[in-house]
Amino acid sequence: MTEVELSARRITAMVKRYLYLLRGSLPRLVDLAYWPTVQMLMWGLLTQFLITKSSFIAQAAGLLISGVLLWDVMFRGNIGIALSFLEEMWSRNLAQLFASPLRAWEWGVSLFAVAMVRTLIGMVPAALLAIPLYHFSIFDMGWALIAFFFNLLVFGSAIGIAMSGMVLRWGLGAESLCWAGIFLIAPLSGVYYPISVLPGWLQPIALALPSSHVFEGMRAVLIDGVMRWDHLWMSVALNAVYLFVGFGLFLLIFRDARSRGTLLQMGE
Amino acid sequence: MSEAAIRARGLTKRYGDILAVDAIDLDVPRGEIVGLLGGNGAGKTTTIAMLLGLLIPSAGTITVLGEDMLRHRYRVLGRMNFSSPYIDLPKRLTVRENLTVYAELYGLRNSRVQVEHVAGEIGIADFLGRRTGELSSGQRTRVALAKSLINAPELLLLDEPTASLDPDTADWVRHYLLGYAKGTGASILVASHNMLEVERLCSQTIMMKQGRIVDRGPPAALIARYGRQTLEEVFLDIARGTAKLDAAQ
Repeated sequence: MTEVELSARRITAMVKRYLYLLRGSLPRLVDLAYWPTVQMLMWGLLTQFLITKSSFIAQAAGLLISGVLLWDVMFRGNIGIALSFLEEMWSRNLAQLFASPLRAWEWGVSLFAVAMVRTLIGMVPAALLAIPLYHFSIFDMGWALIAFFFNLLVFGSAIGIAMSGMVLRWGLGAESLCWAGIFLIAPLSGVYYPISVLPGWLQPIALALPSSHVFEGMRAVLIDGVMRWDHLWMSVALNAVYLFVGFGLFLLIFRDARSRGTLLQMGE
Repeated sequence: MSEAAIRARGLTKRYGDILAVDAIDLDVPRGEIVGLLGGNGAGKTTTIAMLLGLLIPSAGTITVLGEDMLRHRYRVLGRMNFSSPYIDLPKRLTVRENLTVYAELYGLRNSRVQVEHVAGEIGIADFLGRRTGELSSGQRTRVALAKSLINAPELLLLDEPTASLDPDTADWVRHYLLGYAKGTGASILVASHNMLEVERLCSQTIMMKQGRIVDRGPPAALIARYGRQTLEEVFLDIARGTAKLDAAQ
């Protein structure tokens, strides 16, 4: 086998490892779809109420539902990476993995692939349910939806991998970062409101996040019916930076863990 | 095939003020089983972790199967493997799933066939479908051994390979390892507290104490040199600092 084939085989092996875990637990599978569905139902009902009170909402009825579903993409991207990483910590399997020929970047690619699968399992049922319940299909956004999906998934993953690095550095005591860290981003991302609503000094910070450009772009599609390419390309460029920084940080911490011997000690 | 399977020179690991491994020179000849002995905190696990590339040494060089482990460890990791009772396999996966994942991580073309083969060899075929976390500690030790053999390694690093096994199974594992080394020409480094095991398995023994190698040689030669009946008595002499070496030796 060539080196490329061997890499592909190792990535596939790790994807299998996480899918085995999902397949073996019905509660885990249900949990993936449970929260997005509950959120969608709640925001859908709120939208129906607001439609009767606000002409703005009536013109763009899918704003809140799209916001909640796309936010969930980012959240799932983040948690998909972090949970898979924590799974290795909980099962004290890190040393086994890194005594094998698995490279850190191959593991990163497999974590991203699994995060995408987990996100689709969570998002698709909720999005399909919104069609009969609220007569709104997020899929009407077409290609724009795919662009938004991948940008948010990549950004969530970049944060997830950086947070995983923090857990590798400080141990399972820092586990809550994996769950809560992403919520620091939420108010700045303009999920349910335009960035212009934020205080002036906060807006440049918000616009330095790929997610804020995605949600601005989403509103442009839903309200004005136009694709804002400037927002899309900015989110792609920012994502490249965040992914580089997030993964670079993880690799630095990983090397530090090899130096301090913590790979052998990590676990419950 | 002339070079050693493992050749470490001046291998050192320091954690701040603590010297865990102190400039040791270590050789594991090709095709031999070498025992690494020492009390708790002697530096055995630290040494094995450095040989595996899991731990970066503070100083020294490591050559494994002819490759510089510190610079090119990915060239050689696929040709070696290890097992330790202190490192688990994912408990929620079945034994078959765990072994399949590792077979593919090691790049095996037909993972299913190799999993079946190794499971048959190690005697775990009956519980391939069970979750790893549901197994007894003895069964888990055997699964860990199966994982360490999944890629038919040329070099095997084993930390306490018969921990948690009943005497009968432990004896079977020792015979299996002897047969494996003889049949494949593989080299094995065994860290163990079980002196009888080391006497039976190993052609060479390395004694560690407080991060240093304090003696080495074939088990019979060490026993003779210390004027003792068993390797355990030699180990106790070294551990307690009561060794009275035969002056003639």
